[in-house]
Amino acid sequence: MMRPVAELVASHPLFAGLPEGTTAEIAACARNVAFLPGELVLAEGQPADTLFLVRRGRVAIEIHAPDRGSIVVETVGPGGAVGWSWMFPPYRWQFDARALGPVGAVAIDATCLRAKADADDALGRLLVTRVAGVLLQRLQATRIRLLDLYGTDRAR
Amino acid sequence: MRIGSAVTIDAEGLDALIATLASRGYETKGPVVRDGAILPGPVGGINDLPVGVRDVQSPGRYRLEHGEGDAVFSWAVGPGSWKAEFFPPSQELWTSTLEGDVVTSEAPVADVAPLAIVGARPCELAALAVLDRVLLDGAVTDPHYAARRVDAFIVAAECGSPASTCFCTSMGTGPATESDFDLALTELDDDDGHRFVVRVGTDRGAEILEYVPGSETTPRDMAARQAVLASATKAIDRRLETEGLAELLARNLDHPSWDDIAERCLSCGNCTLVCPTCFCSDVSDTTDLAGEVRRQRTWASCFDLDHSYIHGGPVRSSVSSRYRQWLTHKLSTWWDQFDSSGCVGCGRCIAWCPVGIDLTVEAAAIRASDGALRSSPASGRDGR
Amino acid sequence: MGSTAESTGRVAMQRSADDPGPMSPIPHRVVGRKVETGDVTTLSLVPVAGEAWRFLPGQFNMLTAYGVGEAAISVCSSRREVGPFRHTVRDVGPVTAALCRSTVGDIVGVRGPFGTSWGVDDSLLATGDVVVVAGGIGLAPLRGAIDDLVHRTDAAGGRVFVVSGAREPAQVIFADDLEAWRRDGAEIAVTVDMAPTGWRGHVGLVTSMLSEIDFDPSTSSALICGPEIMMRLTARALVDRGIDPGRIRVSLERNMQCGLGWCGHCQLGPFLLCRDGPVLPYAGAVAQLLSERER
Repeated sequence: MMRPVAELVASHPLFAGLPEGTTAEIAACARNVAFLPGELVLAEGQPADTLFLVRRGRVAIEIHAPDRGSIVVETVGPGGAVGWSWMFPPYRWQFDARALGPVGAVAIDATCLRAKADADDALGRLLVTRVAGVLLQRLQATRIRLLDLYGTDRAR
Repeated sequence: MRIGSAVTIDAEGLDALIATLASRGYETKGPVVRDGAILPGPVGGINDLPVGVRDVQSPGRYRLEHGEGDAVFSWAVGPGSWKAEFFPPSQELWTSTLEGDVVTSEAPVADVAPLAIVGARPCELAALAVLDRVLLDGAVTDPHYAARRVDAFIVAAECGSPASTCFCTSMGTGPATESDFDLALTELDDDDGHRFVVRVGTDRGAEILEYVPGSETTPRDMAARQAVLASATKAIDRRLETEGLAELLARNLDHPSWDDIAERCLSCGNCTLVCPTCFCSDVSDTTDLAGEVRRQRTWASCFDLDHSYIHGGPVRSSVSSRYRQWLTHKLSTWWDQFDSSGCVGCGRCIAWCPVGIDLTVEAAAIRASDGALRSSPASGRDGR
Repeated sequence: MGSTAESTGRVAMQRSADDPGPMSPIPHRVVGRKVETGDVTTLSLVPVAGEAWRFLPGQFNMLTAYGVGEAAISVCSSRREVGPFRHTVRDVGPVTAALCRSTVGDIVGVRGPFGTSWGVDDSLLATGDVVVVAGGIGLAPLRGAIDDLVHRTDAAGGRVFVVSGAREPAQVIFADDLEAWRRDGAEIAVTVDMAPTGWRGHVGLVTSMLSEIDFDPSTSSALICGPEIMMRLTARALVDRGIDPGRIRVSLERNMQCGLGWCGHCQLGPFLLCRDGPVLPYAGAVAQLLSERER
């Protein structure tokens, strides 16, 4: 039995603790989606039009190189979110995102969400704050990974 | 004789005391003049002691003056502490030979005569008590330190001639002593002649004293002893304010003073070598061509970069952090680790610092601007 | 062995032929050797003579490569294993290189065990979930603790979560153990910083995994071992999730040369880590120390 999409949005960590009215506004742009293992969730270079809230399964953020195939730079699991390029012009995906197994997600239409944010300053600020919070965590984690903490050649 | 009683002896009496200790099988050591300094060395009689010698000390300076008179304890402290007798600068811990897969090991326990020290200053006794807490009183006793320390016979020499670098009065370690000795001397050299008040600290001290010519100390001599100690106390004008000192340093790890000191500190480690309580050591192995492995323990200094080495590099790479480690350990974290101060106020680190850094001055500077912060990138440059 | 984990009293000063003193290593024979990754090797050691010794997970030994020197290495055995004592060594210097090079039949000296343990037997961990976070070879000192926790029979014990981070899949140590613990009911997440083609697992920092595991912060405890940066970030993230700092334990590393609190090298502020650590609660002094420079 599928839960109503509004409930899925409200229970996702990205929007946790928001008033029901606000999550209902966001949910008005949302639909339930599923991906098969190996299926592309979004593709580099394509228009960035969706925010995905991962509910089940795991999504790999990848980039393709001719000599190495798809290189996974990060994986995002349940409670995570995928797809940020819809927030800023030119609204184009920078990476691929691929379902590593069966993935259940909530897809939020970015055009719809941007329109609501434009019409409602409070909602707009809230969206930016929530999204920026996740982006900051990702940036900080990426910086730490740049340190190569477990690297083997540090002492030599 | 009973514990707490006192006799007065003369120079011949002190000679007899040393001879009696030697006859009981003790290796007798005391302060001797060597290499322009007063250092621990073998003594067979009073004439081996620094007769008529004074020391003049100030930050970065130590000189001996040879004068008239018979006094043997008219100096303060020299660079060599009694620590080295029990915790030598270099010590073999064991040797092993590995033949095939058979390891034969020997761990030599020091098989030497028991030690009698004649003329240990009260601050020295306090320092040994500090070391005892580290090396004897932990969960495991250091057998190498304990080998001579436990049975060492201690003849203290109360201090009548402090140096300008001394601050034992701040640390509660001198110039008098009431414990940690078998016998305690106080040298008197006045119109009544050159003599020593000898107080008895232990039964074996009393037993040894049976063989030393002397007479029950008169109230007049006891008053003279008090006068000597009062005069010494008065002469000590260097102060280290200990009230709340451990907490003061613990909350001032980012004080600008650390960088200021680092501008002067050579990171030479002299202070740690002359300190009577510094106990850090390196453990290292060497192998000879025959395949014998020797493990040695040698004195180490927290001013050495390698002291804090973990794979990848030293934790304390700046001089500032290494001086901070030394001072905060002595005066602050020593309390956390061993429930005592790591400083006894002997002033050696002041006299033997080649640039005359004075920990009492540095601690006072931090106290004077408690809470000050070194400039950090976050606070910006101040436009100098 | 000169001391066991339980001994607290002063060791007798007079040494006999049987007790060569606390600074003398006891010869052990290498009976097993496994290369875990390119520079990490596990040695299985048994005393050449005398009895097996006791230890608590989290404690360390000083291992001697005769003629080269001594290095502090955690005991990585689990207490269920009746057999050789495992020590997982990473080649980071002359002594550890010599240890890694030793082969079956060789003699290695052992002193210890020293220091504090993860405390898997104490009441703090008896109830609630336990989150174990390891970074790189930090999994090695945790191995015995995880095994104890996974197999504890106390009905009050909660679930066991293990999050283990590595540079890349080839650097993941104890893969067999991780699989065995998973079979025995633990939730295991392995995450890597760099994924080669074909890696189907997690890619990301260990802290990123914490939001995905379903522990109850109000009753949970955590054990963390890894590079110091990783430990303080992980500890903060767990505190942010609601775990009491007093219920988080970290294993700290400084230069260790004696294991007995005598050599002074392992000082970290108020602590002598060989004596007061290596495992300490992440509360108060430790949280502060991990944020200070050059301590």
